This record gives sequence, C-alpha cells and structure tokens, in this order.
Amino acid sequence: MSRFRPIAVLPLLLALGGCNFVVLDPTGDIAAQQRDLLVVSTLLMLLIILPVMALTVFFAWKYRQSNTTARYEPDWHHSTQLELVIWAAPLLIIICLGALTWMGTHLLDPYRPLDRIAADTPVPADVKPLEIQVVALDWKWLFIYPEQGVATVNQLAVPVDRPVSFRITSSSVMNAFYVPTLAGMIYAMPGMETKLHAVANAPGESRGFSANYSGAGFSGMFFGFKALPAAEFDAWLAENRASAEGLTKAAYLELEKPSENVPVRRFGTVEPALFNAVVNMCVDTGKMCMAEMTAIDARGGLGLAGIHNVLPLTYDKYARRGTVLGGKAGYVVGVCSPEELAQRTVSAATSPRSLAPVKGAGLALPGFTPISLPAAPAGPRAPSNI
Amino acid sequence: MSTATTTATERPVFYEVEEHAHPEGSSTALGFWIYLMSDCLIFACLFAVYGVLGSNYAAGPGPKDLFELPLVALNTTMLLLSSITYGFAMLTMEKNRVRQTQIWLAITGLFGLAFLGIELHEFHTLIEMGATPQRSAFLSAFFTLVGTHGLHVTFGTIWLVTLMVQVGRRGLIASNRRRLMCLSMFWHFLDVIWIGVFTFVYLMGMLR
Amino acid sequence: MTEYPVPTSPIFGRLTLDALPLHEPIVVVTFLVVAMGGIAVLGAITYFRLWGYLWKEWFTSVDHKKIGIMYMVLGIIMLLRGFADAIMMRAQQAIAFNGSEGYLPAHHYDQIFTAHGMIMIFFVAMPLVTGLMNFVVPLQIGARDVSFPFLNNFSFWMTTCGAVLVMASLFIGEFAKTGWLAYPPLSGIGYSPDPGVDYYIWALQIAGVGTLLSGVNLICTIVKMRAPGMTMMKMPVFTWTALCTNVLIVAAFPVLTAVLVLLSLDRYVGTNFFTNDFGGNPMMYVNLIWIWGHPEVYILILPVFGIFSEVTSTFSGKKLFGYTSMVYATVVITILSYLVWLHHFFTMGSGASVNSFFGITTMIISIPTGAKMFNWLFTMYRGRIRFELPMMWTIAFMLTFVIGGMTGVLLAVPPADFVLHNSLFLVAHFHNVIIGGVVFGLFAGMAYWFPKAFGFRLNEFWGKCSFWFWVVGFYFAFMPLYVLGLMGVTRRLRVFDDPSLHIWFILAAFGAFLIALGIACFLVQIFVSIRDREKLRDVTGDPWNGRTLEWATSSPPPDYNFAFTPVIHDGDAWADMKSRGYTRPLEGFRPIHMPKNTGAGIILAGICLVLGFALVWYIWWLAALSFVALLVVAIGHTFDYNRDFFIPADEVARCEAERTRLLAGQVQA
Repeated sequence: MSRFRPIAVLPLLLALGGCNFVVLDPTGDIAAQQRDLLVVSTLLMLLIILPVMALTVFFAWKYRQSNTTARYEPDWHHSTQLELVIWAAPLLIIICLGALTWMGTHLLDPYRPLDRIAADTPVPADVKPLEIQVVALDWKWLFIYPEQGVATVNQLAVPVDRPVSFRITSSSVMNAFYVPTLAGMIYAMPGMETKLHAVANAPGESRGFSANYSGAGFSGMFFGFKALPAAEFDAWLAENRASAEGLTKAAYLELEKPSENVPVRRFGTVEPALFNAVVNMCVDTGKMCMAEMTAIDARGGLGLAGIHNVLPLTYDKYARRGTVLGGKAGYVVGVCSPEELAQRTVSAATSPRSLAPVKGAGLALPGFTPISLPAAPAGPRAPSNI
Repeated sequence: MSTATTTATERPVFYEVEEHAHPEGSSTALGFWIYLMSDCLIFACLFAVYGVLGSNYAAGPGPKDLFELPLVALNTTMLLLSSITYGFAMLTMEKNRVRQTQIWLAITGLFGLAFLGIELHEFHTLIEMGATPQRSAFLSAFFTLVGTHGLHVTFGTIWLVTLMVQVGRRGLIASNRRRLMCLSMFWHFLDVIWIGVFTFVYLMGMLR
Repeated sequence: MTEYPVPTSPIFGRLTLDALPLHEPIVVVTFLVVAMGGIAVLGAITYFRLWGYLWKEWFTSVDHKKIGIMYMVLGIIMLLRGFADAIMMRAQQAIAFNGSEGYLPAHHYDQIFTAHGMIMIFFVAMPLVTGLMNFVVPLQIGARDVSFPFLNNFSFWMTTCGAVLVMASLFIGEFAKTGWLAYPPLSGIGYSPDPGVDYYIWALQIAGVGTLLSGVNLICTIVKMRAPGMTMMKMPVFTWTALCTNVLIVAAFPVLTAVLVLLSLDRYVGTNFFTNDFGGNPMMYVNLIWIWGHPEVYILILPVFGIFSEVTSTFSGKKLFGYTSMVYATVVITILSYLVWLHHFFTMGSGASVNSFFGITTMIISIPTGAKMFNWLFTMYRGRIRFELPMMWTIAFMLTFVIGGMTGVLLAVPPADFVLHNSLFLVAHFHNVIIGGVVFGLFAGMAYWFPKAFGFRLNEFWGKCSFWFWVVGFYFAFMPLYVLGLMGVTRRLRVFDDPSLHIWFILAAFGAFLIALGIACFLVQIFVSIRDREKLRDVTGDPWNGRTLEWATSSPPPDYNFAFTPVIHDGDAWADMKSRGYTRPLEGFRPIHMPKNTGAGIILAGICLVLGFALVWYIWWLAALSFVALLVVAIGHTFDYNRDFFIPADEVARCEAERTRLLAGQVQA
C-alpha cells in the first residue's frame, strides 16, 4: 500500500514471531499515512542522531586520558564556524520536519472529511460516509448506527473501503477512542462532541479501546473491531436488527451505569436523536440540554428567576453527589416543552456550542433566532425517576 | 595550590580583604517583587478562568442581573483611597515621623476594612438571593476571582495591624521600614489587581 | 448506593477505623516494615542522644549546604518509595496475562501508578534538583548563604511535609486513583469521592509553596549575591541553568497552585469549574495543568544540563566549548517551554492549525537542545577525558538522551502523536528523558559534588556497579515499552489478554529488577564510602581539579563558605585563580556576619501538615485550629528581630589554620 511497507516489516523480522506491530502495519489509510509520517520523521532525525551518537563514542574513546598521543588544547573553547554548524544542522532538520508537520497535521486532521480511500483512489462521488456515533460509557463502548437504526456495545464493524465518519462523546469522564488498525485516537469527552474520519482498506478483525485512563474498569474497556466486505457488513447489520432489545432512553440510562468487562450486546432499534441527547447531557428527562442552556446563556441567562430553576439530583451513575461544604448537587431543569426539546437537540447537534463570532462587549450579538420561551418559566418538572 | 607557579604577569586581586557589608535584607525588595509577580500569575489564571467561564450562566442570572455598580464604585473608591493614604504613610515614614505614620496606617486599615465590609455585604446579598458559587460556572469564577482578591486584602490588613504593633514597639528602624515598604508594594499591587477586576468583571459584565 | 458526601463526625470528620487498610495484606506488610524501620531509626537516634544534635545542627539550620543535603536525603528516601511503586507495577503487568488478574486489584493498582508519577516528579526529582542547586549555587557564586536563609529552611520543610502527607495516604485512607495529573471529571467529587484526590491536592499545595519560595530565594541569590567581578556572562553554567530553572519555577508553580485551588473548590464547595454540568469546562483544567506541567519538565532538566556542562568541562580538562551559545540555548529553552503545553493533548480536538503550531514550537526546542549536545561533544574534543563516575554518567546520558529527544520530537508531530499518544511509547519516551536525562544527571552531580559536601569521595567500585545496573536496567526496562507502544498498547492497563505482549513485559520487569540492583548498589556505595571515609578523604577541597569557585574552599566548606569574598576575573574562576598563582590568604581575618538558626520553619511546616491532614479528612475544628496557629506562629516569628550574629575573627582564623595544616600534610604525603 505504501512505499514504507518494507520498513514496517523490519522490526517484525527482528521481533519474536507472533508480535503484531499494529501501529507500524495498519490496514486503514489514515493510520497508514500517520505511520508514514512517523517513519519519515524518524529517518529525518536519525540523520543527526546517529552522527551525534557515533561522535560521542568516538570522542570519548579518542580523547581518553590514557591516549597521550591525541591533541590536547585546554583553552580551545570557541569557533564561530563550528557554532554556526551546530545551530544550523538541527535547524535545517526542524525546518523540513516542520513543513512535514504542517502539511501532515492539516491533511490528517481527524475533523477533515476524507477525499481518498487509498493512496491513489479518491472517494467515489456516489459514496456517502457511514456515520457512526460513539459513546464512551463506564466502562464499555456504545456504537450507534443512526442510518441503519441499530446499536452495539463493545463491537464495532465498518464496511471496507467506505469512509466512516465517527461522532464521539462520553457519558461521564474523559476517554480516548482508539482503533490502532484504523486511525489515530481522539478524546471522548462528556458534553462535547469530537469527530474522526477514517476508512478501513482490508477486511480483518482487531480491536479498539480507550486510550485515556478512566477509572476502575479501564483495563476491560476494549471492543472488537471488524472491517467487513459490503455483503458481510449487511449481514452483520441484519444480525443486529434481529436483536429484540431496543435502545430507548430508559435502556440507555440503565446501560450507562458502571459495569466492567461487558460482553457484546446488540440493539435492534435505537431511539432517534438519542446520541444528541447524550451529547447534550439530557437523556434524563427534565434536565436542561446543553444546547438549550448555551442558547439561553448567549442571550444573557434567565435572570434572577433562573436562580431557582434547579432541582436536587437524585439519579446519578455512582452515587448521590454533592460536596461537604456545598451541599447536595442539583441539575438545571429544562424550560422547553418536550417537543421543542426534541427539535432543539436535533438541530443543535451539528453545533452544540454557539458559533457566534466573538464581538466587542459593546456591540450587539449577531442575529440570534430566539427559542420560544414561556413568558414565565413553567414550574419545574419533576424528573421522571424520582 | 602548592603546585601553582607564580606567573610573571602582575598578580590580580583574588579576594576582598575588607568584609564588605551585606546589609541585611538587601535583596528583600527584589525577592518581594518576584513573589508579587508569582501572585500576579495566580490572578492571571483566575482572570483567564473567568474569561473562559464568565458567560456560562447555566441558565441562571448573568452579571446584569446581579451586580450593583454604585456599590462597586464605592468599594473601588475605598480601595483607591486606602492606596493614597498608604502613600502618605510612606511619605511620613521617610520623614521619620512615627506617630503620623501610625495614623496614616490606621486610616489605610480602616479603608481596607470598609472595602472588605462592602464586599462581604455584596457576597451576602448574592448568596441570600441564591446566586451562590454553586449555581453556575460564571458565579464560581466570579466568587473565586473577587474572593481571592478579598482574601489578599484580609491578609494585608492583618499584616498592617502587625506592622503597626511592631512600629509602635520599635519605631521606624530599618527592618520595620523594609517591612512597610513590602506591605506598600503588596497593597498597591492589590489595587492594580482590583482595577482589573473592576474593569474586566464589573464594567464589562454590565456591558455584556 | 452510597450517599456522598459521607456523613462526618464533628471530632474525626470522615476519618473512621475503616480508613486503615487492614484488609489489604500488601499495605499491612509495608506498614509493618516501615513502622519497624522507623522505630529502629527513632530508637537509634534516641539511644545515641542525637535529637539535640539533629535539631540544633540540621533541622533548624539555615545553612544552605545543610539544607541542600537534607533535600538530597529526602529525595533519596522518596526514591525508594517511588521505585517500590514502579516495581510493583512492572510485576503486575508481567504477571497479569492469560486470564490472570495479577496480584493487584484495580483499587490498589490505580493508586500505585498515580503515586509513582506524582512522587517521582515532586518528591524525588524536585528535591534532588533543588538540593543540588541549594548546595552548589551559593558556593559557585562566592556567596556565604542564600538571600533568605530562613525561607530556605521553611521551603525545605514544606516540601518534606508534602512528602509526609503522601506517605500518610499509604496507611490512612488511600491515594488518588486518577493518574498523576488528576484530570477532571475523573478527579471531581462525583467520580472520586474518596480522600485520595484530597491527599493529592494538599500534598502538592504544601510542597508547592515550598518550591515557589525556594525559587524566589535562589533567583534573588543569583541576581544579588554574586561575588565581585562575576558578571552574568561569567557565571558558571550550572548557576545559569539554576537561574533559568528558578525563573521557570516562579512563573509556573502559581499556575499549579491556582488550578489545584479551583479543583479543591469543586471538590469541597461544589463550584463548577471543571464539572460537566452548570457550564463547567474540564478541558480548561487540562490546559492549565499543562501550562504548569510542561515548564516543570524543563525545571527538572535544565539544572541537569548545567551539571553535565560542569562535569564535561572538568573531566575533559578544558574550558566549556561555546559558553555563550550554551547560555543562550538555556534561555531560549526557558522561554520556549511556555509555548508548547498543548502538545500534551493534540488528541483533544484542537484543530489542525493549533496542533501544528504547538507541534512546531515543540520541535524548535530541540534546536537549542541539539546545540547543547554539540557543545558537550566539542568540549570533549581535544580534551583529556578522565572517566571518573560523573563523566561515565555523562557519556551514558549523551547516548541515551538523544534517543529520548528523538522520540520526543516524534511525539511532537501531531499525526504521529495521534497513534502514539497515551501509549507505552509515550511512557518509554518520558522515562527515557527523565531517567536518561534527569536521573543520570543527578547521579553525576551527586558523585561530582559529594566530596565537596562531606570531604571524602564516593566508593568507585560500588558506584560503577550502580552505574552499569542503572544503564543496562534502563535499556531493558524501557526499550520493550517503545516496542509495546508500536504494538498499540496503552498506559495504565492492569491486565492483558494478548499473549504475544507477554515477553516484552517480562523483559521490562527484568529491567526494573536491574534498576533495583542499581539503587541497592548506590545505597551500598554510600554506606561503604562512609565506612571507608578516611581512605577516601580529600583534604585539598579540589579532588577533580575543578574549574569553578566551589572547589576553591575546603571540603566540607566552613559555615561561612569563604573566609574572604573572592573576586572573579574569568568564567572558570577557580581554574583562572590556579593558573595565575592564587595563594590562599592566611591572616587578616574579619568577623563574618551570618544568619542564625531558627525552629520557625519546621514548626510552621508542621502546622501546615496538620492543616492539610485535617482538610483531607474534613476535621474542621482541627483545620481551623491549625490555621489560626499558623497565623499566630508566622506573625510571632516576625517579632523576632534578632536573626543574625557574627562569627568572631578568632574562630575564622582557627578554622582556616586547620585547613592550612591539612593542606600542608597533603603536600608532604
């Protein structure tokens, strides 16, 4: 697939049989390009590292005390030409490396939609990326296929040679979504959405995991990754659809509770807009969605009336929270009606944060479509699960 | 050394025969400056945090709903006046007038206490309303930034009282002058920080 | 479902008997060993009636040399703790294969890797670096002490009390299970309601105050107290690096203080800085902690670069090559170290332009670092290299550190970082620069300045044993981690199910075992050297044919360092004095003005320790009491105006006469 393949094989030969240098020998185009950059940078740096190491050994040997034949110049301590060289040599290498970095970082930005599926194969015009929504839970992974309406826990499958667009979030703490064969990692963070674009180029099975420590069950937080030919992928989808389990909000809230070493689970149906509710941290009915909160805050908040729009938190993943001096924890109650809420979360999903340009404080904010607020905040609704 | 041979060139001076006086505390001013700059960095962090979180009201109240500018203006006046009176204390200290210095210090302390009183009143009102630090990230950042400044003023006031006792006991000896000078830097530093708070938090908050 | 916050009692807060880890056999055994060892040490001190001596001559001492030595002792003791954690981790990872859970449950393992990182950085590397700077800098600049001797004592005790608090967490309650930088929301009260993170916070806050004050102190010392004639560009390179390091400390540690205050407010008061809800922003913590964390790396490595410069020049018998570019390189690194923090989280989704900016600034740091490397190389060029221990460490450093530097630049390429971030490759990289750089440098520094501190050299044989075990052990322990990183293995994992990884973890564990032997040899080396001190005695004060001012005085130096303030004409002041016929003054001594010892530092720090402990366990009355006590003692201390005294001229004359006698004996022998 690449001219660097032979180099990647080198450590394989050196190492013991059975070792899988997955980072050096991935099957996805993105990971392969990242590997190429890794190898090129290493070679570039070896240009200077190896001479330095050799010189160190050579000088140490040549100018040892017992070697009285070597020249000894105790007062030689400056040479402008030499100084120029020793600053210029690393500088030149860093200039090359910097250029590589700049290009590589932009080309391989995980947020950038793919324009090719392999080195010389552009993405066909009629192929739309497959969207997969990823939620890092304590301590397992949830994958939602919104177009296909299925979901799995701890098993990710993608069709070969079709670009995949991941939308990633987390339900509680920071994790990192990482499938070494496919592409580099990206953090999964609560209340935020990160993106990753990738493509698998060869069928095969490997695994992915969380690359950022997230608590007690972290070691068991991995999932099977399958790159499948189109037909097998459809069969896999059908297998999921056959599952009687459905991923409703209630099922999600149950699933989100901490558990370790979770086996694969399949959901035949998925409640629409569930992922948006997860990103907006308002799966729990009654809780104000982040998008709604951001919109309200952008208009200056809810004023003094908003102070008491908080109910004590009764449900949480671990325990009833609170702090010793700050009292019990609470949550902000949503003020939109459920219908508005659903609409709101869907539309806001593409930009959970306000994208309004930053303006001077004296200037009016750019036009903002106000959401329909009740004249007076409706009495706080009770959360569903008291 | 026994092996060292005397070269022909004239022998340079390698040590000072006279013990030159290292006046005690000769680097105190520099040291205190450096400390103040590190303190300034703590405030810089708190300002940055306020800058990031300052508009996250969590659907609660914003600055416009909460701040009372006239009260804050009064508060600012108190602190600025205390800086001026501290300046007078330093001037009289230069003239070696113990009693006058003490009086100016006392006035400074009273202004400081007035500032703290008003600030506590403001905090109390907010908390009574329910606009507690727990209500939103904006309020957390606000209380922490303003409260940290207030804590500094509190320690400054305790320090001021301590120094008044020490000046009362020993007069304006060199150590006490040095200490007064340090507190002076500290006090003016807090003033500068407050100007930042007043502008960045209160004035810009009302404009937001 | 447990209710948090847990109910607290008015007297003991949330501290109950359950907090004692009696159900964890490993901890109980550790406790017994530590307790018996502790009782033995305390008993011995009592038996030999050393308490008075220790208190008067050491604990309350404001002498920068003694404080420096105490820092080193603290660092070495904590190295044993930090390394015990390391070898437990290595053992767990080497065992936990093929369905085995290993011997450490997650609850224990997660504390161990957190404690290992935090202890090694804050309570091993920092005290050792600070200790060397404390000991050496005033001697190198021809000063009698630091600018603020009392503050120096107080700083040391604050650092120590931070370490004590971490150690307390081993036996009372538990330590954080968050990783050494305690990212929220995991470190928030919701996900870590136990006292572990509170121990972490207060230990760092207490030690951080000490570090910050010692930074202020050393900057002032270097700026204000240099001997006449020593312009900035005639300062020894170690002093230069110490200056830059302390500037970094003063500019970075306030950020740590601030961010930990915010985290503790989140945990105690329920504010919303780093929470998921109510508008908090956990990413802000990651940014702030690394704005401190990256300069911290350079705080550790810069003084070590200084050590290598001194050592290379001394043992090559040459002036340092390219002094000026060395100084500029140091300053450039100091400034750049603030512009790179984001490279610790390229994978947080900052966008390509931001990532490449920080990637490239990171690479730029390798330019001055590379220049330094070449400067050492050309210092050796046309020298007469004596392979004493410090020089051996230096060569090992030069060969090892370039590998770490290379992998570091590799990780600075964002797309490469996307596949290597948080992997064992990263772990191997930073151990490569910290062990191959900082630790090797500290051993070089200890071997180099030990004779200055105690008047006798370290035993060569055991030193070489230690050297080879460390160097070989390092390669065995960390090269497999590079390999594992390329196999896609991430850090902080407790169990594995891929058998092909097993062999590499066994190799790494073997390497850790070799390093353990290295540490053991180091301890034996110290023991043997003390036993054979008469044989290893150096009375010249200049055992290595040194070049800088610290070798001009006796070993160990007298309390006042220099009977007469030296006057400097050249960068390598002592080499210059030796070559131009300096003769030691033998008469005309004057009384010398010195600071007095005081117990205020240890008392204040002790109160801080109690305060920290009370806050960890929500014992509010004790917290309030100790806070008031802190204020009272601090203010009380300011009422003590009588802080200095004069060493009479007779005493100075007697001291110097003794040295003259020793030097004369040396010549005859």
